[in-house]
Amino acid sequence: MSLFRNPFDAQSRLTCGCGRHASQADHDRAIGADAAQARAVEGAVMRALFPQDDLRRRFIKAVGSGTALAAVSALFPLAMAKEAFAQSTGPLEKQKLKVGFIPITCATPIIMAHPMGYYAKHGLDVEVVKTAGWALIRDKAMSGEFDAAHMLSPMPLAITLGAGTSGAVPWTAPAIENVNGQAITLSMKHKDRRDPRTWKGMKFAVPFDYSMHNYLLRYYLAEHGLDPDTDVQIRSVPPPEMVANLRADNIDGFLAPDPVNQRAVYDGVGFIHLLSKELWDGHPCCAFSASRDFVTRMPNTYQALLKAIIEATAYARDPSHRKEIAAAIATPNYLNQPVTVVEQVLTGTFADGLGKVMTVPDRIDFDPMPWQSFGVWILTQMKRWGQLKADIDYQKIASEVFLATDAQRLMKEAGMAVPAGNKTFSVMGKPFDASKPDEYVASFKIRRT
Amino acid sequence: MTAAQRWRATLLSILIFLAFLLLWHLAARPAAGTATVDPAYAALVGNAAASGGQTPFPGPADVGAQLWHHVKDPFYDRGPNDKGIGVQLGYSIARVLLGFSLAALVAIPLGFLIGMSRVVYSAFDPFIQVLKPISPLAWMPLALYTIKDADTSAVFVIFICSLWPMLVNTAFGVGAVRQDWLNVARTLEVSRLRTAWQVILPAAAPTIMTGMRISVGIAWLVIVAAEMLIGGTGIGYFVWNEWNNLSIANIICAILCIGLVGMVLDTVLARIARLVSYRE
Repeated sequence: MSLFRNPFDAQSRLTCGCGRHASQADHDRAIGADAAQARAVEGAVMRALFPQDDLRRRFIKAVGSGTALAAVSALFPLAMAKEAFAQSTGPLEKQKLKVGFIPITCATPIIMAHPMGYYAKHGLDVEVVKTAGWALIRDKAMSGEFDAAHMLSPMPLAITLGAGTSGAVPWTAPAIENVNGQAITLSMKHKDRRDPRTWKGMKFAVPFDYSMHNYLLRYYLAEHGLDPDTDVQIRSVPPPEMVANLRADNIDGFLAPDPVNQRAVYDGVGFIHLLSKELWDGHPCCAFSASRDFVTRMPNTYQALLKAIIEATAYARDPSHRKEIAAAIATPNYLNQPVTVVEQVLTGTFADGLGKVMTVPDRIDFDPMPWQSFGVWILTQMKRWGQLKADIDYQKIASEVFLATDAQRLMKEAGMAVPAGNKTFSVMGKPFDASKPDEYVASFKIRRT
Repeated sequence: MTAAQRWRATLLSILIFLAFLLLWHLAARPAAGTATVDPAYAALVGNAAASGGQTPFPGPADVGAQLWHHVKDPFYDRGPNDKGIGVQLGYSIARVLLGFSLAALVAIPLGFLIGMSRVVYSAFDPFIQVLKPISPLAWMPLALYTIKDADTSAVFVIFICSLWPMLVNTAFGVGAVRQDWLNVARTLEVSRLRTAWQVILPAAAPTIMTGMRISVGIAWLVIVAAEMLIGGTGIGYFVWNEWNNLSIANIICAILCIGLVGMVLDTVLARIARLVSYRE
């Protein structure tokens, strides 16, 4: 986290804290948004010129920071680069956009920004297009038919790495859609079989191979001593088909996005065994994504679109708005579900399928911040389960895909509390240290590497 | 068939239909749940789940009500993801006709050329035999990958599935024109083009029409599956969307519409086929 540090300061290092502020966020606040932006550009240029930080520091120490600045400016038009980056309010390169989504509550900010006018507010004419499945939304986004799309947060990483696709295309996740909001639902016939240790031989469904659902379910099973590849069967099933499959007894349960879980309860087919927040409170799920090409080729359109999404997310965050949002997105045009099902998911007062009414206000929450540590965790799980074979630079890929800086700045503009420091978290009680990904992967007994 | 027989057949059809409805009604009756739950919980779940059961399969009455709902307002358009069933059928029919016409434009001239020469026929035969049995949907990923546009890909899939029956039938029909007629034309020193136009085409027309009828039937079968894959618009998308909502009643309505439109397409081509048929 060194994006806003003065790269011409011989004392500071581009790879760690400057020591003058309590946290990175305090530091950023102290130098202000414009200065921060300028620093970010300078930092990027300096990093490109001096790939080794040590060399840069020796250079600045030797010639002095003023001379260094002048020397670099002579080589590279720094002022112009800074200006180009700051130009966020310029004319939109493209006004009519197509954004694809999968009809699940994770897509709430992307969907609701349409009926509630957030896209229009930023001068965009966005068509939100319902899409049949994750592979299709990926293909349509990669072919350029969609300008941006709702994806599972591991997907931009997988596309960037070329995992599961025909080629690697640099992709980005400028904002997370939702945190929490998933659940493990089991068939009614298993209502007395709540201990995962007894689940050997069961068949589960997850929405996609590259999904938080897949990683969380595998994590949960492995923590209870089951090998997710040999002791149970995990299939990738599009969310809409999950309830039908559960009802037909093709599967015993699923870790799925809502409203699928609540819909299974509504139809008397299954019960909610566990909310995903009990595994990892505040885990990311879906992301708003676009190609790096779109981000760099149409910076103004990208900014406007991201701003609309972040404002919609800010609105969705307030629990008092959830009923209104449920009514707006449950219609046939978007989720096509009974209003009560969507309302139960968003408000967190829901039937659990076993005759109890539960109240969990943070069953689903909306937080756009694409923490780099989320990306690193996802990459460790891709590695753990053999989806990634090669050795990778976790931090580099995570920071290239999860665009934390833009989100932070736009969140501030939308009046949201900008989170301080780097995000630390623990999954099922086990703390995760984003700076030691390889050790983390190696610490699991059940793994494929 | 005499008038009396025709009446009897109609009566029998109606009886079969009524018996089917009755059986359906009996089979779809909800199993009464036994559990009782508190009203606050019952308000949050479906009727069946509130009494401990599962949402039942819809009966004929539910489907009838849903069908009436669609028939009442088939052409509404409330945004890209919510259009009336008539609009969706329109999209599907348009795709089928476009793909089918393109296929006809290619298949009939090509079939003519192939059919008129034994050598060309034998040369093309292995390719046709390999390509013909490929399921049209197997082309879908290839089409999406190369064309990079879902709508065009759907039309391409229709094109490719309509192509083969027309091609094969045209070639066969042209090849099977009676040698006597060609000999007569030759004795009268009719030009080759005129022979093709005035002798071969009318003679092969019934076979070509049969090929077209098979093609349009296949195209209509395929469009539903293709649209379920590509999404967006069309009756296949409608089915997928209603499956998403677990609305079996709506799916049954869509199935009914698909059947009716397929029948109409087939009847139209059968009528045209009758116009060009002849008795030797």
